[in-house]
Amino acid sequence: MTHALAFRGLSLGYDRHPVVLHLDGEIAEGSMTAIVGPNGAGKSTLLKGVIGALSPLSGQVSFGSVARDDIAYLPQQSDIDRSFPISVVEMVAMGLWREVGPFGRLGHTHRTRVAEAISAVGLEGFEARPIGSLSGGQMQRMLFARLLLQDARIVLLDEPFTAIDARTMADLIDVVRRWHGEGRTVLAVLHDFETVRGHFPETLMLARELVAHGPTAQVLTAENQFRARQMCEACAGPPHTCGRSAA
Amino acid sequence: MWEAPWEALLEPFASFGFMRRALLGCIAISVGATPVGVFLMLRRMSLTGDAMAHAILPGAAVGYLVAGLSLGAMTLGGLIAGMAVALLSGLVTRVTALREDASLAAFYLISLALGVLIVSTRGSNVDLMHVLFGTVLALDDAALILLCSIASLSVLTLAALFRPLVLECADPQFLRSVSGLSAVTHFTFLTLVVLNLVGGFHALGTLMAVGIMILPAAAARFWAASIGWLVIAAVAVAMLSSLSGLLLSYHYSLPSGPAIILVAGIAYGVSLVFGPTGGLVARALLRPHFNS
Repeated sequence: MTHALAFRGLSLGYDRHPVVLHLDGEIAEGSMTAIVGPNGAGKSTLLKGVIGALSPLSGQVSFGSVARDDIAYLPQQSDIDRSFPISVVEMVAMGLWREVGPFGRLGHTHRTRVAEAISAVGLEGFEARPIGSLSGGQMQRMLFARLLLQDARIVLLDEPFTAIDARTMADLIDVVRRWHGEGRTVLAVLHDFETVRGHFPETLMLARELVAHGPTAQVLTAENQFRARQMCEACAGPPHTCGRSAA
Repeated sequence: MWEAPWEALLEPFASFGFMRRALLGCIAISVGATPVGVFLMLRRMSLTGDAMAHAILPGAAVGYLVAGLSLGAMTLGGLIAGMAVALLSGLVTRVTALREDASLAAFYLISLALGVLIVSTRGSNVDLMHVLFGTVLALDDAALILLCSIASLSVLTLAALFRPLVLECADPQFLRSVSGLSAVTHFTFLTLVVLNLVGGFHALGTLMAVGIMILPAAAARFWAASIGWLVIAAVAVAMLSSLSGLLLSYHYSLPSGPAIILVAGIAYGVSLVFGPTGGLVARALLRPHFNS
């Protein structure tokens, strides 16, 4: 099976302090992988390395059959200005950026696709609402609609289901499973092991270094979780090396 | 004095060329600077505009020292000083741990002190007043052409940059993830701010120029809920304030720059109370509706 992503001796960090160390591994094309690990394990940092927001301290991320910019990314804490006067439909339509660019016109088919994406996440009727009036769950639905329109081969999600209700989570997991069904590669940072066991076939456990990577049932063992905690506590010495990774 | 009310409105402009020039200059500033002010406000950079206005001073002062009251020299000097402060503070923010507000404050304070020093050691008080408060009633052809050119350039640039600029304000992280235009957008926008302030200071002075950017934008926030209408409302408020301010200054012999800005301030106050989107009265009327 070809890989979508491969990590080769990858180290990532901030201000020359490494957070992710010597990571090796391959993410198979079309796989649906959860990234788990304790706080400060470098999960978010790894995603930033994949999208290129952080350049590797050493090693590399290589892309298999997928173009480097064919990635959609949902950050953990989006820095969206919720008071900005922009409507749901306008924000969702920004997902078409790669197709229409900064100057292109939104054609009829584009508008239809925007409407489809909004209904796929259950936000019909909210099109004209300003984004500031949305609840946390509705906001996340809107961001998923935008991800849908980005139509990327690789989708990176950083704690996408934190602080949203069960119903919204179920709807959004359906969207993720739909991506998986369409053969897209999904990588999601998750904390809730129930969600991981229930929906994600593959798991990559990280504690700054790789703990385990493979089928979820084999990775999410009590032994591995214990090892991950120990590995992260072992590095707790100088505070600036470990505490930063969640940032 | 005048028989009909409209004569009070028309007579000053019909009789005096300097009033027509002042009005044209103010309309140009309203069209160019006010939309820039709307984006400054939306990016929570209103005080950045104020800081940049102060930063321009030493450049204009050096221009004045070299070439006297020359439009070209003072404009160029102001542009160089403004861009230097914008770029240096941007650089310090990116390279060091200092946040943008602190680094900008540091540079603009240095720049302002330098400017006042240069003007006061070498010029007279009249010159200082000219640079600080402008001469909207003495705009010559060259100044008008400059103001109109800056307004045109500003509107065209905003139109071209509109989509990236909106996204840079609303969701900068997303813009960076889909496009390399983020830095270009940011610095082009800062250039527009400096350019409009430099244009504005000929008419309104360095201190007042930022007023016509920010006050109409802040007032418009209470009348419109979409970006397009915000810009239109802000430009309308700016134009009406310019017209009323000029008339007030003519009929009551008030300094025109402050008169224009004060009218814009009154427009802001009225909007704050009576504006339909989030004004105080609208809020008070909405409350029982929510409760029922």
